[in-house]
Amino acid sequence: MSESTNGHPAKNNGVDHDNAPVRAEPGPSHTADLGFGEPGEQNLSHGPVELPLTKADFSSDQETRWCPGCGDYAILASVQGFMPELGISPEKIVFVTGIGCAGRFVYYMDTYGMHGIHGRAPALATGVATSRRDLSVWVVSGDGDLLSIGGNHLIHALRRNVPLKILLFNNQIYGLTKGQYSPTSEEGKVTKSTPFGSQDHPFNPVTLALGAEATFVARTVDTDKKHVAQTLRAAAAHEGAAFVEIYQNCNVFNDGAFDAVRAKGQKELNQILLEHGRPIRFGPEGERGVARGADGRLQLVDVAQVGEDSLVVHDAQRAEPSLAFELAHLAARPTGPTPVGVFRAVKRPVYGQGLAQELDEARASTATEQLEELLHSGETWTVHS
Amino acid sequence: MASGPFMDEKTLEKIDRVVVRFAGDSGDGMQLTGSRFTDATAVVGNDLATLPDFPAEIRAPAGTPHGVSAFQIHFASRDILTPGDHPNVLVAMNPAALITQLKAVEKGGVVIVNEDGFSDHNVRKAGYESNPLEDDSLDDFQVFRVPMTSMTVRATEDIEGITSRDAARCKNLFALGLVSWMYGRPTEPSIRWIEKKFEESPPLRDANLAAFRAGYNFGETAELLAVHYEVDPAPAPPGTYRNVNGTQALALGLIAASVQSGLGLFLASYPITPASELLHALSRHRRFGVHTVQAEDEIAAANMALGAAFSGRLGVTATSGPGMDLKAETIGLAVAMELPLVVVDIQRAGPSTGMPTKTEAADLLMALYGRHGESPLPVVAACTPSNCFDSAIEAVRIAVTHRTPVILLSDTFLANSSEPWRLPEAANLPDIDPGFATEPNHDGDFMPYLRDEKLARPWAIPGTPGLRHRIGGLEKEDVTGNISYQPENHDHMTRLRAERIARVEVPELEVDDPDGGASLLVLGWGSSYGAIEGAARRLRREDGLELATAHVRHLNPLPPNIEDVLRSYERVLVPEMNLGQLSKVLRAEFLIDVESYTKVDGLPIFTRDVMEQVQERLL
Repeated sequence: MSESTNGHPAKNNGVDHDNAPVRAEPGPSHTADLGFGEPGEQNLSHGPVELPLTKADFSSDQETRWCPGCGDYAILASVQGFMPELGISPEKIVFVTGIGCAGRFVYYMDTYGMHGIHGRAPALATGVATSRRDLSVWVVSGDGDLLSIGGNHLIHALRRNVPLKILLFNNQIYGLTKGQYSPTSEEGKVTKSTPFGSQDHPFNPVTLALGAEATFVARTVDTDKKHVAQTLRAAAAHEGAAFVEIYQNCNVFNDGAFDAVRAKGQKELNQILLEHGRPIRFGPEGERGVARGADGRLQLVDVAQVGEDSLVVHDAQRAEPSLAFELAHLAARPTGPTPVGVFRAVKRPVYGQGLAQELDEARASTATEQLEELLHSGETWTVHS
Repeated sequence: MASGPFMDEKTLEKIDRVVVRFAGDSGDGMQLTGSRFTDATAVVGNDLATLPDFPAEIRAPAGTPHGVSAFQIHFASRDILTPGDHPNVLVAMNPAALITQLKAVEKGGVVIVNEDGFSDHNVRKAGYESNPLEDDSLDDFQVFRVPMTSMTVRATEDIEGITSRDAARCKNLFALGLVSWMYGRPTEPSIRWIEKKFEESPPLRDANLAAFRAGYNFGETAELLAVHYEVDPAPAPPGTYRNVNGTQALALGLIAASVQSGLGLFLASYPITPASELLHALSRHRRFGVHTVQAEDEIAAANMALGAAFSGRLGVTATSGPGMDLKAETIGLAVAMELPLVVVDIQRAGPSTGMPTKTEAADLLMALYGRHGESPLPVVAACTPSNCFDSAIEAVRIAVTHRTPVILLSDTFLANSSEPWRLPEAANLPDIDPGFATEPNHDGDFMPYLRDEKLARPWAIPGTPGLRHRIGGLEKEDVTGNISYQPENHDHMTRLRAERIARVEVPELEVDDPDGGASLLVLGWGSSYGAIEGAARRLRREDGLELATAHVRHLNPLPPNIEDVLRSYERVLVPEMNLGQLSKVLRAEFLIDVESYTKVDGLPIFTRDVMEQVQERLL
């Protein structure tokens, strides 16, 4: 009854592994089509890598224990599949998780990992990332963990711009504790703890992150492998804190919550794919779009009626977050047309940039003499024998 | 003005010890006055101990009793151990200072008041019905009325750019000058300090210098004070000394431990009184690679330190009582992860917000047991300001070599009070070997919970090839570290976690029993050390009593010989600044009915308190 957490090159156990080697060489094929640079460029400090790394190099040998059909499986496969692209040795990567179904994620990655206590993953990860700038640090958390008990740590990690990649698995429910409403559950939600319907107004995680001055905010959908990988790529390329909301279906306690943007036949109609520098349009033929109305507000329009020139051109790199906010507010809930992609990606000094190195160098040059001098600082006097 | 032999005709009396208390409004600069006087005293070579006492309010309404800030210094020509129970001299800058502090002053003691502070308005504000300088309320004391404010204003009136308001604010330096003269303190350290402090503002520099000199000269020339005193240097072991308070010593100890272990010091803290001072002190030492983070809350601070520890740093978080409550769950995580983490708790009076600036030692049981589940960890307690240095190194040694969180207990009294510290030689400090794992430890695999002879697990830090592993708060199988809910494994792990802490090597309890025939042992822990030792010396000297003393520095595990020591005395008295927490532990562990003396008034245990308790039992 024990789950191994420490195996070496993965023995595939039930996860849908794609073992085809993925070359970890920088190149145009790995550059996100979102225009935020290339992971390899920023991660030189992570050191040389033995190539080629494969998905298997990042998959631990243990049995995944999520409910069959859980959206977490798809995300795990996407993350494991994406990792070789980072071009970073697995031992230089640290995953940090909190409590909840998403918390188990860390045991399935064959990297270094910490499974912390409820809500505190961003703080644990801040300790890792700020003391060791040679590591690539990833936080995986759920909506209860990250937005309820851990809300404080999330907003502060974002405002500080700690170099963390934060993946929020949002399923709008508490799964591990068996089905209570979460801070992203809709008003009126009937759950075990709200038999008469929840009265709580939910968070929109994207607007929360934007409000916390996050420099990178994106949203994707668990089963859209390609878009998940694209979003991870952009997040990895971002220097500083990257916040990625992933709509994740909990097929046991909240099945179908994201059908409008996830189910075949609906997602084609409702996913508003945000691409930096391009007019925002959606629908099977791109026949719908986002335009600014006479009252100054964003609205959903038929492109044929307003003309392509009237469409809003997405600008994720705008310094002030107003457009990102407006886009996030196009859909209060993912029940109709809902933007996915990178809302915002701006440059701001990374927390502690240069400091870890400065301190390492300072320490390297510290010897007994300096300590002696420190102890003797201030007013001293000598007593002779 | 010189500090050399006085050419006046005033009487010079030699005394062996004195306790002076400076008191004024919290805006009057009494802490500064006290610490300047302390530096000058240290330079003389007197032994000394200090006790700042300030309100929680930064600026309480001026002139009110709850805005009074005080600083007490005890200095002597012999070895002393506490800041003194009762001041011999009180310097009161206003009626509020007088009304709140007078009750502590010994009968017949000296009271120097700033006469200018005693306006009718201030007298009423302090709660006096009539001016205490005009009625008989000070008949038991030698009162000296000095118009400090007006004399300061007069001394500074020729300085350009100084308003009379600025000038009045320098009156604390006048008081410093006056008391410096009274006790023959050298003026150079204070002058040097003023010159440096006000380097940027020559008018303020000159005004403060003028005020200081005016106070000194007033003592020398005015006929009011007929006597001044001389306190010879105290005999002390040869060496270089500096004056240090508990916070400074703790900061230096952590830096020294970082140097000695080669581990980068990473301190994450959230502002809280009185532990913030440690954050301030350490944040100045980037030169030693010290990384400090002011976290968003206490929980984050503990987690950041733990994350840093996982990454191969010396992870430290520091707080005071309320913050300990918040860190409890994270400390439990560190117990499960078996990672080195030092948690500093500078105890203050509780419960809840309690009295943030007042001392207490009531977090012992929380340190020992205050987490859910069986979650044992080592607990070390500092006993004097300078001992905070050694205690910090000891806490780090245990944490690093045993891969465990360690709680280091200090308290508000230790943190703020100061004493001369004979500096250790950096070259003689103990080395601490982090012993990072670098290679697989089991048939080419890495087992993160495979233990050494101390039952400590390997510390494998990210970036080490071949040792990738995941750890967390879920119960894990011994050796492999795999998650396990097996009944027998949890039973095994629970006992193993207890055993490995019980195996931490701790020095024997040293007993001071000079006569060898004492029937009573006074057993202390924490900051009561000075009071207990001081009381024992006086009781032996003055009352001819035979008594033994011992001080517990490791609260978990307890010293190996403690039971034998306790059993070898008919009676054991345990003074504590709580309602008997160590007593409870000793009774529970050894079924020995120790006698508990408790005090929870926010003040340190005084020598007098311990003396009375012993006298009651032995006389």
